[in-house]
Amino acid sequence: MVKESDVLHIAELADIGISSSELGKFTEQFNAILEYFDILDTLEVTGPLERPLVNIFREDEVTPCISQEDALRNSHNPEDGYIRAPKVV
Amino acid sequence: MNDKYNAYLNTTEIPGTGSGILAGIRVSIKDNISTKDIETTCASKILKGYIPPYDAHAVTLLKNAGASIAGKTNMDEFGMGSTTENSAFGPALNPHDTTRVTGGSSGGSAAAVAGGLVSMALGSDTGGSIRCPAAWCGIVGLKPSYGRVSRFGLIAYANSFEQIGPLAANVRDVAKLFSVIAGHDKKDSTSVSKPYDGKVIPDIRGKTIGIPREYFGEGVDRDVAAKVREAITKLEELGAAAVEVSLPSMKYALPAYYVTCTCEASSNLDRFDGVRYGPEPEMNLPWHDAYTKVREAGFGQEVKRRILLGTFALSAGYYGKYYVKAQHARQLIAKDFASALKTCDFLAGPTMPNVAPKIGELTSDPLLMYQADILTVPVNIAGIPAISVPCGTAHGMPVGLQLMGRMFGEESLLNAALAFEEAV
Repeated sequence: MVKESDVLHIAELADIGISSSELGKFTEQFNAILEYFDILDTLEVTGPLERPLVNIFREDEVTPCISQEDALRNSHNPEDGYIRAPKVV
Repeated sequence: MNDKYNAYLNTTEIPGTGSGILAGIRVSIKDNISTKDIETTCASKILKGYIPPYDAHAVTLLKNAGASIAGKTNMDEFGMGSTTENSAFGPALNPHDTTRVTGGSSGGSAAAVAGGLVSMALGSDTGGSIRCPAAWCGIVGLKPSYGRVSRFGLIAYANSFEQIGPLAANVRDVAKLFSVIAGHDKKDSTSVSKPYDGKVIPDIRGKTIGIPREYFGEGVDRDVAAKVREAITKLEELGAAAVEVSLPSMKYALPAYYVTCTCEASSNLDRFDGVRYGPEPEMNLPWHDAYTKVREAGFGQEVKRRILLGTFALSAGYYGKYYVKAQHARQLIAKDFASALKTCDFLAGPTMPNVAPKIGELTSDPLLMYQADILTVPVNIAGIPAISVPCGTAHGMPVGLQLMGRMFGEESLLNAALAFEEAV
């Protein structure tokens, strides 16, 4: 059973603000959806997952890439060729 | 262009150049496929105004083949939905009945083709997003084998499932568009070298078609099932043999799909914080608070719901119960398909359990919306190709016959679809 406090905690982990009306609705919906997922728990796991393909590498070749100007084009007020971000500390 | 179906988010036209096989053909592109210098939003407010600095590999191939780009099509936000009602810019409308949904998430692409605005469109299929709107809008849509079409430039939602693929009014056009986009691309590490020559011929005689009994089970509308049974009889008349098969692990398919896709979404959509693109965060706030506000305002309800579900399923204490079990279920489902496709050339069933619902009918209950995908997600889990071909109507709306083929078996799948199309 997922509680509203669980949903709030998950929203904090995911950096998503949710309103109080969303909180009640999401909690109710998550319980219905997770109940539907419960059938997975009846699955007997008999061995490790098979992994037919692991780490496919390509040659490390020099190829053209987008320009600094293009890379900054969608950011807000870039400064000295850098992207600006909210303060971290 | 008179877009009465809200099929487009952006109708900028880029004329084609050269004399390739798509010369003179206008192709529309789903708005989660990057187009250089053309706004690409994934139908989300969080990408409003985003101008990609590069083309998706599939778009480069279209341009090289001479196609002109007729605009970016409406979709469920980031591909999350089965009706195109989860678009931040309003739902696309079904050309057969504008009070009904197109299906999703590539609903704009399907409406543009079905409404006669273009002859071909690109969509993407994560759990049915090409086949569902193709079925509900009465056109043809192909979900390619995983790896056959490059995903470079496809804005990721659940990258272990999704493929870019063609939608068109008929099988020959689907084959033509597929021949342009299939093939290896070094920029996608899951890409394989399996080009397609586009030589489609009607061919079904002597093939064995498996009819999974799970595809006609509970929840499948009786009239839809009857129409698809008629289509299978037609395939038999054309010289195919139909045999009943079973996919016993299919009961895990929908939960395994939704656990995996929400987990992948929670990781893939982490990048949308407004810093490099999207709405500007408040730079003077601490970064968690700034991102929380941008994401609260920028994401729609379904996107929030899936990111939160995925974050939950991956969190400490739940990872083993949900994610790990879903991966084991995925393996079992893939084995069921591989086993059935050893003796059968194809599997056949309905694409969707119902016809297109009325606008608003599925939006109040997310679980009801998820259950609409029951017959399409198993194919994405197994990675195999599948095509939806129109096979008549039920309740006055189009019904799609779904043919599912062997891994990288698009050639014979398209040939079978063409044989059916020409016979009806």
